[in-house]
Amino acid sequence: MNKVFHVMYDDDDTLKNAASQLVAQGIRIKEVFSPFPIHGIDPIIGVKRTRLGITAFLYASTGTALALLGMWYFMISDWPMNIGGKPSFSLIENLPAFIPVTFEFSVLCGAHGMALTYLLRNGTLPGMPASNPDPRTTDNMFVMEITTEQNSHPVEELEAAIKETQLFELSIKDYK
Amino acid sequence: MQREAAIREPLILGNKSYKDITDDVVGPIVGPAPIGWKIMITISSIIAIYGVGCILYLIGTGIGVWGLNKTVGWAWDITNFVWWVGIGHAGTLISAVLLLFRQKWRMAINRSAEAMTIFAVIMAAVFPGIHMGRIWVSYWVLPLPNQFGSLWVNFNSPLLWDVFAISTYFSVSLVFWYIGLIPDFATIRDRMTKPFAKKAYGLLSFGWSGRAKHWTRFEEVSLVLAGIATPLVFSVHSIVSMDFATSIVPGWHTTIFPPYFVSGAVFSGFAMVQTLLLVLRKGMKLENYIHVKHVEYMNIVIIVTGSIVGVAYMTELFISWYSGVEYESYAFINRFSGPYSWAYWIMMTCNVISPQLFWFKKIRRSLTATFALSIVVNIGMWFERYVIIVTSIHRDYDPSSWGEFYPTSIDIGIFIGTLGIFFTLFLAFARFFPVLALNELKTILKSSGENYKKNQDKH
Repeated sequence: MNKVFHVMYDDDDTLKNAASQLVAQGIRIKEVFSPFPIHGIDPIIGVKRTRLGITAFLYASTGTALALLGMWYFMISDWPMNIGGKPSFSLIENLPAFIPVTFEFSVLCGAHGMALTYLLRNGTLPGMPASNPDPRTTDNMFVMEITTEQNSHPVEELEAAIKETQLFELSIKDYK
Repeated sequence: MQREAAIREPLILGNKSYKDITDDVVGPIVGPAPIGWKIMITISSIIAIYGVGCILYLIGTGIGVWGLNKTVGWAWDITNFVWWVGIGHAGTLISAVLLLFRQKWRMAINRSAEAMTIFAVIMAAVFPGIHMGRIWVSYWVLPLPNQFGSLWVNFNSPLLWDVFAISTYFSVSLVFWYIGLIPDFATIRDRMTKPFAKKAYGLLSFGWSGRAKHWTRFEEVSLVLAGIATPLVFSVHSIVSMDFATSIVPGWHTTIFPPYFVSGAVFSGFAMVQTLLLVLRKGMKLENYIHVKHVEYMNIVIIVTGSIVGVAYMTELFISWYSGVEYESYAFINRFSGPYSWAYWIMMTCNVISPQLFWFKKIRRSLTATFALSIVVNIGMWFERYVIIVTSIHRDYDPSSWGEFYPTSIDIGIFIGTLGIFFTLFLAFARFFPVLALNELKTILKSSGENYKKNQDKH
């Protein structure tokens, strides 16, 4: 039977110190639940840098291309109009007037694309159940999740190492 | 851990812990509604219903029920539109530009300022919508394939740019706001005991659990959204100003309009934030989070943007003379001495003189003075748009068509009505939503909290 430890701390810095201490002993920390971002925890528990920024760039570039393509089709190719004799019979001549919409559409696609990717990757969507181990982790408590599955240490040794940190509460549960 | 210079005033007053922040913000949501709130929402809903009635009457009858005539074809409608969009600008400026500049004081005010933005942009969108007369065909502003052959909207027109600007601005602000709200909804969900409310906040929180990876992504998304929302703030009001600047009407045809409008928008937006927050902090007992220092910071933004607006007024006057164009020159002489000079001088007093009072530290840090001046600025900025729009067109090139504009009761009813709808939405927000970004605030408690700063000094 695998076991999961939920180690609760009442301070973000205490949790960070405890995490460094445990990681130094070769213990893998599966997850950290906190009410706000703990700066500097990511490299300790091995969370990689997110690539969401790159996706935003890709979505925004798609928006730029779509906006220019659309305006070229509507205004230049499909139905060119002579508006006040302004030079508007090629994309490049008409480009200054197309800049505002190109910009707005790029922002629209970049922002919404990234926001949707963020929600999907997180799995935070309407109707999803909450998965924090304790309701206090959205208030003032910080929980570290450690499983025996990810660690080769014997359960007693793990427990002893965890208890050496300045923890607030510890719960040990079985899981399949 | 981040350290802050001891000389800086703390951003969170009192002896607060993480739990206190949650209690102070979530407490009023969980508890029963205060009587003051009930009175205020009743009054504003009655005004809102009256406004909706006026709008329905207008849609049913036609825009002839407004005071517009063949000379003054744009008046209160577009004035109100530009005024509301302008008010919206402070929210995005606080959440995006101040985030990029790492201004921690934004955390106490960004949530409610963003809510204000969203409600203000909804109010703004009402006006061009109903001005179309046939609101049921408003989708014609989009480039949709249609049954009229190859008929597309005109992408050379600033009015169409505005459609894209306003809709992008609204939807991006909404997403930015909601992404920040998700973790705070989760906090309410986990504290709520009433089953229905718990379920509702559970739905709103999208199952947020505060995992480390999710927080990393959260911060990245906030930063990138701020990065792309910053040029958006500047573009939106620039494009609104181009509705006027690209025309050939003297008084509108001005190249300084974009920066002038953007600073005017931020100016009026901050004034509205002050008006709302000074009431909100008192009503919800948030004096420890939104205190004199926050008000002072916002007043400094008001001095800067108000001075830019003042310089723009002077530049306009100077250029109208310096250009040597008699029509341009007349447009401005008519502004300050013609039949609408009363509006011009209200605008000058409210927008140029009143913000300069904030140079005095006593006034800048006085809550009563700030509240009074914020209302003065809001009035002044409404008149700025009124002056630009109505005085420029009421006397055109052909003196036989000169005329004046008189608002009808429907003009007034719709404007007052949008104020009612706006305040109803804002009051509902204040009651059911976390009015402070409580989880973000916890990140600055150790560096900017009063009790932590005191202990830091001891070492």
